Amino acid sequence: MTAPADPARSRAGRSLLASPAARYWLLIAPALLLMGVFYFYPIGRVLWMSVTVPAAGFDNYALLASSASIQRMLWTTARISVLTTVLTLLLAYIVAYALVHSSAKAQRWMFLGVLVPLWISVLVRAFAWFVLLRREGLINAALMATGVTDSPLNLIWNETGVMIGMVHYMLPLGILPIFSNMRDIDQRCIAAARGLGASRFEAFRRVFLPLSLPGVVGAGILVFIFSLGFFVTPALLGGGKTLMIAEYIKVQILEVVRWGVASMLAAVLLIVIGVLLAMLSRLVNLRKLFGAG
Amino acid sequence: MIGSGFGNISIMTRSLAWAIICFLVLPITVVFAVSVTDRHYLSLPESGVSFQYYRNLFGSGPWLTSILQSFVIACASTAVAVVAGTLCAIGCWRLGSRASDLVRMLMLAPIMVPTIVYALGIYQFWIDLRLLDTYAGLIIAHAVTGIPYVVITVSTALAGFDPRLEQASLSLGASMGQTLRLVIIPNIMPGVVSGLIFAFIHSWDELVLALFIAGRAVFTLPRRMWDGINESLDPTMAAVAAVLIAVTVSLLCADAYVRSRRGS
Repeated sequence: MTAPADPARSRAGRSLLASPAARYWLLIAPALLLMGVFYFYPIGRVLWMSVTVPAAGFDNYALLASSASIQRMLWTTARISVLTTVLTLLLAYIVAYALVHSSAKAQRWMFLGVLVPLWISVLVRAFAWFVLLRREGLINAALMATGVTDSPLNLIWNETGVMIGMVHYMLPLGILPIFSNMRDIDQRCIAAARGLGASRFEAFRRVFLPLSLPGVVGAGILVFIFSLGFFVTPALLGGGKTLMIAEYIKVQILEVVRWGVASMLAAVLLIVIGVLLAMLSRLVNLRKLFGAG
Repeated sequence: MIGSGFGNISIMTRSLAWAIICFLVLPITVVFAVSVTDRHYLSLPESGVSFQYYRNLFGSGPWLTSILQSFVIACASTAVAVVAGTLCAIGCWRLGSRASDLVRMLMLAPIMVPTIVYALGIYQFWIDLRLLDTYAGLIIAHAVTGIPYVVITVSTALAGFDPRLEQASLSLGASMGQTLRLVIIPNIMPGVVSGLIFAFIHSWDELVLALFIAGRAVFTLPRRMWDGINESLDPTMAAVAAVLIAVTVSLLCADAYVRSRRGS
């Protein structure tokens, strides 16, 4: 599956080694081999385990229909992921819109503000929110000092906290694809709409917005995929009370040692993400990522 | 050209956008303020600035051990990822066939598949191979998940490289190895360096795999931070976070510098 042509070609004999194609496959071989043995094989084992541990069959999958705690966790995961995606897209759209309509200099500064958080450790970012949001945290202290509230608000260890942290993490990942799509929109279309008598809002709603939708949908699928399997931020800001699938899997393995359930949930996650990726690849050309096309 | 329409968006949209960017940046800066607190708990400094927690950090055995371990693991896994990823990107670029396109797609898997799924598989695999809690185990896992970043940055650099230069080199009698070393690699160096930086940051920050396949002998920095946040409210954590931000920002500046040199 992973290497349809490679082994066949290298087996084809020394004479072929001289041919250019064979030599280029030799360059690809180390990475392909590493990935095949140490990445795809372990993932294949997870899928295999989901139907063989503890006993062969689909018993693990039957839990999806029968276990209330798994259903509750899946529902929490879906709800938080959807809300995070919607909020992220809304905020990302505003930033991307301002980015394409800014001078080169302002753009550079805005980009700095978008890219620096992207590369700062996710743990550090979750820790910063932890400091700000906890009961004795800076936000509650400020709110109480100014008399907005008398008692501290519950901002952490619930879905509010998880979502604040997640939106903060996902925003740069939402802004970049929307921006790259908006950049390709021909500004003359909007000028034409305005020239034909459309109001500013009308030109935005009927011309710019539809043209920018592919970027929004692409970014949405991407953010949703990352949200579904996100571990660090939900685990730290959810504090074990708001349980999403990644942390649930971790608990199954490292604390209660139920390999069957954990690998079944991992397989479900993998399948859902596979379907979403297939949708994404119909929508945007993933090869663009490599500078092609 | 891009900004041909700028100026005609409302002040409100513009300030909203800046407010969102502040939401991105400002919360992170709070760790700098907390890291110089003079109190014994996570708080802003009250009667003065104190660097006791930085002294704590750099004078403490466990933290320094973790920093060193993370550094060794990040360097080793980055080296593997950069070599394998660069060669792979060059091979795919030259072949340009359907099969090599498929290979590049497969290389994206570690970015798209949640780490927790992979962690489960590699945990089982390492139990069999007795690689749990070893440097080799973590280095291999970080290397294969770091390859995509190198493949992406090097492929992007190659897209702007004229394949005829390679043909010229080969037809003038250079061997494949010489062509790689003297013609291709120097031309795509900025892409390779970017890939190196991203693969390094990937390993340096990685927590989920470290939670599963390491934990006693090998205790990386993210792993220690994870325990630090979950178990104690020691402001030393804030000092660690501040140092990490400084390291990341300087790596990004290095990346920007390399890119700007390519531009000139």
